[in-house]
Amino acid sequence: MEEQQSLWAFMAQQSDKLLSQTLAHIGLTCISLLAAVLVGLPLGIWIAQRKKAAWFVLGIAGILQTIPSIALLGFMIPLLGIGALPAITALFLYALLPIIRNTYTGIRGVNAAVTESARGMGMSPWQVLFNVELPLAMPVILAGIRTATVINVGVATLAAYIAAGGLGEFIFGGIALNNANMILAGAIPAALLAIILDFLLSLVQNANVRKMRKVTVLLPGLLLLCSSFYVFPYAGAKMLGGFTPEFMGREDGYLGLKSKYKLNMPTVVISDAVMYKAAFEKKIDVISGYSTDGRLKAYDLVTLEDDKQIFPPYYASPLVRKDVLAKYPELEQALNLLAGKINDSIMTELNYRVDYLKQVPEKVAYDFVKTQNLYKKPRNGNKGTIRLGSKIFAEQYILINIYKALIEGNTDLKVDTKTGLGGTKICFDALTNNEIDMYPEYTGTGLLVILKPSRNELIKLAGSREKVFQFVKNGFAKQYDLEWLKPIGFNNAYALMMRKEQAQSLNIRSITDLKDYVSTDNHHP
Amino acid sequence: MIIAEQISKVFNDIKAVDNISFTVKEGETMVLLGTSGCGKTTTLKMLNRLIEASSGSISIDGKNIFDQKPEVLRRTIGYVSQNNGLFPHYTVEENVAVVPRLLGWDKARTRKRAQELLDQLKLPLSAFGHKYPDELSGGQQQRVTIARALISDPPVLLMDEPFGALDPITRAGVRKEFLELPELKSKTIVLVTHDVQEAFELGDHICLMDKGKIVQAGTAKDLVLRPANDFTKTFFDNQRFFLEMSALTFSDIWETLETNDNWEAEDTINSALIIKSNITLWDGMQLLSAAKNDALLIHDKDLNERKVFTMTAIQDGYKTIKERI
Repeated sequence: MEEQQSLWAFMAQQSDKLLSQTLAHIGLTCISLLAAVLVGLPLGIWIAQRKKAAWFVLGIAGILQTIPSIALLGFMIPLLGIGALPAITALFLYALLPIIRNTYTGIRGVNAAVTESARGMGMSPWQVLFNVELPLAMPVILAGIRTATVINVGVATLAAYIAAGGLGEFIFGGIALNNANMILAGAIPAALLAIILDFLLSLVQNANVRKMRKVTVLLPGLLLLCSSFYVFPYAGAKMLGGFTPEFMGREDGYLGLKSKYKLNMPTVVISDAVMYKAAFEKKIDVISGYSTDGRLKAYDLVTLEDDKQIFPPYYASPLVRKDVLAKYPELEQALNLLAGKINDSIMTELNYRVDYLKQVPEKVAYDFVKTQNLYKKPRNGNKGTIRLGSKIFAEQYILINIYKALIEGNTDLKVDTKTGLGGTKICFDALTNNEIDMYPEYTGTGLLVILKPSRNELIKLAGSREKVFQFVKNGFAKQYDLEWLKPIGFNNAYALMMRKEQAQSLNIRSITDLKDYVSTDNHHP
Repeated sequence: MIIAEQISKVFNDIKAVDNISFTVKEGETMVLLGTSGCGKTTTLKMLNRLIEASSGSISIDGKNIFDQKPEVLRRTIGYVSQNNGLFPHYTVEENVAVVPRLLGWDKARTRKRAQELLDQLKLPLSAFGHKYPDELSGGQQQRVTIARALISDPPVLLMDEPFGALDPITRAGVRKEFLELPELKSKTIVLVTHDVQEAFELGDHICLMDKGKIVQAGTAKDLVLRPANDFTKTFFDNQRFFLEMSALTFSDIWETLETNDNWEAEDTINSALIIKSNITLWDGMQLLSAAKNDALLIHDKDLNERKVFTMTAIQDGYKTIKERI
């Protein structure tokens, strides 16, 4: 009961955001659907008479459908940048197949005797199409539109990754922040939306074949109306922030920027994967990056000084299950070989090689281990298997590959890597549920996302590296039976970043400078 | 009047219709008869350009059909397609009003004409007008199809297996109504069927087709009694007796019987029932077997004569005629 109440409380508290996200979600779904109907319907009609073209068009649409949605969004970014356009384009492409295929099937399915007698009575091809074929194919076409709608409501959640808004902002923010209420606040409306839209369309679809003529007129109008719900999230802003869903919901992130710095700027939610590039391409101006990220170097960005110290230290350490350490004592020694070996600039360099030079993490890790004289030939032992997990970004891939080499070279243990476990929540749950044995975690994340200490305790820690590490180590040992080993050395803390030339020309060095610039700028947009 | 000269249709190097010619006189019904794939439906559809002829010329009432836009041409020709082809999303009234709408008739005129026609077909507009095709029986649907084809009173009517989808009993019923429909008396009709009985019943003129060619053209009597080749002969073989009896009328055997003005057997003859000599022998025999009479009194209008036919007389007449051929 308590869980439910707090969900309601969360939704009530965030009702403004919830409403605007829901409207944006409906808008995204409907705009793309409308575009897909406008293109797919004529295309379906056209190929209904042409076998070869049908094979070709349905083949292409089918291939588009098989591209994973995240990958499709990824392909869109180099072509269309970020924001509504690539999101709508991706959704449009997804909606295309069911609409084209059902239009094709529907028209082909119209009784040949009926169309022939229509022609035989002297109807022109257009009259046959509009008076006979379309009305009779409409139930099948509508079934296609229903399928497309449900697909689009689901895929539209991913639009939050590329700054197009929608309910995905809550869902991905919630996943990143380990906040079940936030996930549900996004997921429940999205699910309801899919159910409601599907139900409404089912009413239309099951309307008598005889009323199909009205439907043909009514439906596009309705779609157009819903499309207008989508308000472009950042029209006209001069200085635009692009922050990850995780950053948006964190006290040591956007919330702290608002409360401690009084920074008030228009923002969009965007995925870490595209954020740096978007900043480089001037689609957004301020981003929430990580201080060791290789793309910082690649895209010529600078970090702004955190002059009020809202970002706590994020020192990386291996986070390991205690039972595993007890079972294989040699594991701790192997993992600690890396302690203190990587500072900020080394990590940035390693990240740069993966993120920008596109070298594979295995190779980067191998080179590093070699140059540090830590390399030993794998012993190919079979004493046991250590399951290494990683979050879904380059630094973690590099780290676990280094650990793999260290474990295999110095112990008789085998290593099984499970990369790409999404965000903190997924990795942490996998660890506590004994699905992985360790993953590299950051002290700041452990503190704020998992332990969530009270305000007073936080003030006592005061951003001190040593205190935070001890607090986290003790907390995890007590609550979760997990061990933080010695820190690797670098501090991958949050940092606000801007393009170097823009920061220089506006003379912005710290977050306070940014705040001053933004608050004066807001008066004359 | 329809004149088709040397028309052919080639699909992918296969000659579906191979250089055929025919003429259908005004008010006449011509039946294209043949097995599936013989080219009869293709021939029919070339007449309203649902299929474009590969070569040859066709004129209807003196006008070359290729001079008109296909849609415009079709609006002036009644068309009944296979499997009725009613619009399932239109009411009976809307279905019947399709062609008037294309021709731009006003509503009142369309309605008046629909009423008149549906009354003739025993589907009064008030009771059936707002029903949808799936609420009608097969026979009723077929009658709506006929009404739809006739509504604009086209001089020419093309029918593609019009009764093909009906069960044999309904089919016989609808066919009978069709024959009696006053609207149809003056129409020039081309009808496609594979049903020999239907062809004999409806056709003034029959073209028997095979492999894209007309094997033999003529009246039912010509085809069944004077086959020009083996194909025609074998085509009718499995129903030969019935077809011959259906093709011959009492006029044909009139002179095989001596004038027999003996009215002695008056008690055995229902004198109130005087039958015209243009009915078929088959129908005559059916009347005899149904009634308790031993003989029929037949009247020949042209000769203004009456003769009494018994079953034996009919059989003798039939044999004599057969021997003569």
